[in-house]
Amino acid sequence: MTVSTVEVGSKKPLLGTVRLKRGFAKMLKGGVIMDVTDVEQAQIAEDAGAIAVMVLDKLPADVRAAGGVARMCDTKRIQEVIDHVTIPVMAKCRIGHYMEAKILEVLGVDMIDESEVLTPADDNHHIDKWKFTTPFVNGCRDLGEALRRIAEGASMIRTKGEAGTGNVAEAVKHMKLVMNKIRELGNMDDEQILDVSREYKVSIEIVKKTAKLGKLPVVNFAAGGIATPADAAFMMHLGADGVFVGSGIFKSQDPGVRAEATVIATTYWDDPKIVLEASNMIDEEKSMVGIDIKTLKPEQMMQIRGV
Amino acid sequence: MCKKVKFKLLRIGVLALQGDVSEHIETTDMALREMNVEGEVITIKRENQIDKVHGLIIPGGESTTIGRIAEHYGLLSKIRDASSAGMPIFGTCAGLILMAKHVRDAMTGKIEQPILGILDVEVIRNAFGRQRESFESYIEIPKIGKACFPGIFIRAPAVSSVLSDEVEVLASYEGKIAAIQQDNRIGIAFHPELTTDTRFHEFFIELILKSPFIEGEGFFKLEEENIHERE
Repeated sequence: MTVSTVEVGSKKPLLGTVRLKRGFAKMLKGGVIMDVTDVEQAQIAEDAGAIAVMVLDKLPADVRAAGGVARMCDTKRIQEVIDHVTIPVMAKCRIGHYMEAKILEVLGVDMIDESEVLTPADDNHHIDKWKFTTPFVNGCRDLGEALRRIAEGASMIRTKGEAGTGNVAEAVKHMKLVMNKIRELGNMDDEQILDVSREYKVSIEIVKKTAKLGKLPVVNFAAGGIATPADAAFMMHLGADGVFVGSGIFKSQDPGVRAEATVIATTYWDDPKIVLEASNMIDEEKSMVGIDIKTLKPEQMMQIRGV
Repeated sequence: MCKKVKFKLLRIGVLALQGDVSEHIETTDMALREMNVEGEVITIKRENQIDKVHGLIIPGGESTTIGRIAEHYGLLSKIRDASSAGMPIFGTCAGLILMAKHVRDAMTGKIEQPILGILDVEVIRNAFGRQRESFESYIEIPKIGKACFPGIFIRAPAVSSVLSDEVEVLASYEGKIAAIQQDNRIGIAFHPELTTDTRFHEFFIELILKSPFIEGEGFFKLEEENIHERE
């Protein structure tokens, strides 16, 4: 047993420690985080059993359709949601936009998503997330991106997938790339680990730690294109700790019941009978219309932003 | 020498609908090893699994999420029955909220969510603020030992009022009640499962071993020398 030797008197509280920030992400495990654009949607999400909501001006599918520069959500809208729901509230800032992140922290957002869905503000740098009390989640396409974001202070990782497409294929690809590489690390000797750390441009310590743990040192969610309860359960099957559903719920024609079905399928992903029950709750014709990734031009891909 | 003692495995369940389940499993495993008690920790997702365990841990997470799923799949009523039958239950953070008789949110004032109602207290959710205000602080908990305990408070709740004489306050922080015990049920606002301090989990296991709930089941505490001799 490791008993602390600290005696009464040294009781000054600590804020924003790594344990508090990564610990917050651990409390989200096994759950569904839903993109919402207003208080009504946030309430539907909370009632359906979402573990948190992500407030946006436009759902990723609409960001994709609208084009132009996508920025941080209107702060008054975020405030309304904060005042209304009891579950954690998250919001996105542009990659590298330190000041949008600071504004979100002051506003009291529980977690900040430095997101490729918005137009990047800095092509060369991500935010130095160690400087914040509020925890960050970042997207990744492979283990290298994941470890670089963790080295910058991310407290949680999610796959990038391809947001706003309703097509789970990219999220599947990214999750498998991360998981397979971690499995490979387990069989590597020190020399190979050093090679990997050089290739990824991260410290050898973080690669060693990941190899030893057999998983990322932070919670790892799936995101980007999840549209149905079966998609959510599939991502859990691939080793995700939980899922983000962006456009999939509120771009469908049956958001309330679909939100609930997605939560059930995520919890009971290892029981196909219950995933079937969840699938029966929704109507496939009411799913959002998806986009085949192959029809997207390279400049339309969000996942290539911020590597 | 290995004594021939009738032996039955101590089994502790962790409610695994959502939240920091694996952290509780690891900490409970560590606590069992510290105490030299042979036992196993299993995840609980279905109501028919409740009968298989001698004690239940309700982890941290989102109480609204866990409560709704547990209600939908008949786990709430099953846990309530097990509690009335005397099963020891230990809840941290969301677990404390779910065990309370009354719940209110500090920020929105909302009061409706599915709960167990097995602790005679009112709990305020988000009593210390949002994630930005989450904190770590050493707290005094005389019942589990002289050394202070590392309290990890994450969007933590607090007990706002105690509704029965049976409730014993184990710890407070800045005037807010952070840990209570009622009979063999423990509810705490912070997260010992995020630390390497196993005292709270050992305290809970001790409670299970002493509880009448498992009387006659023939558990035995292993002596140091015969641990490795048993199969």
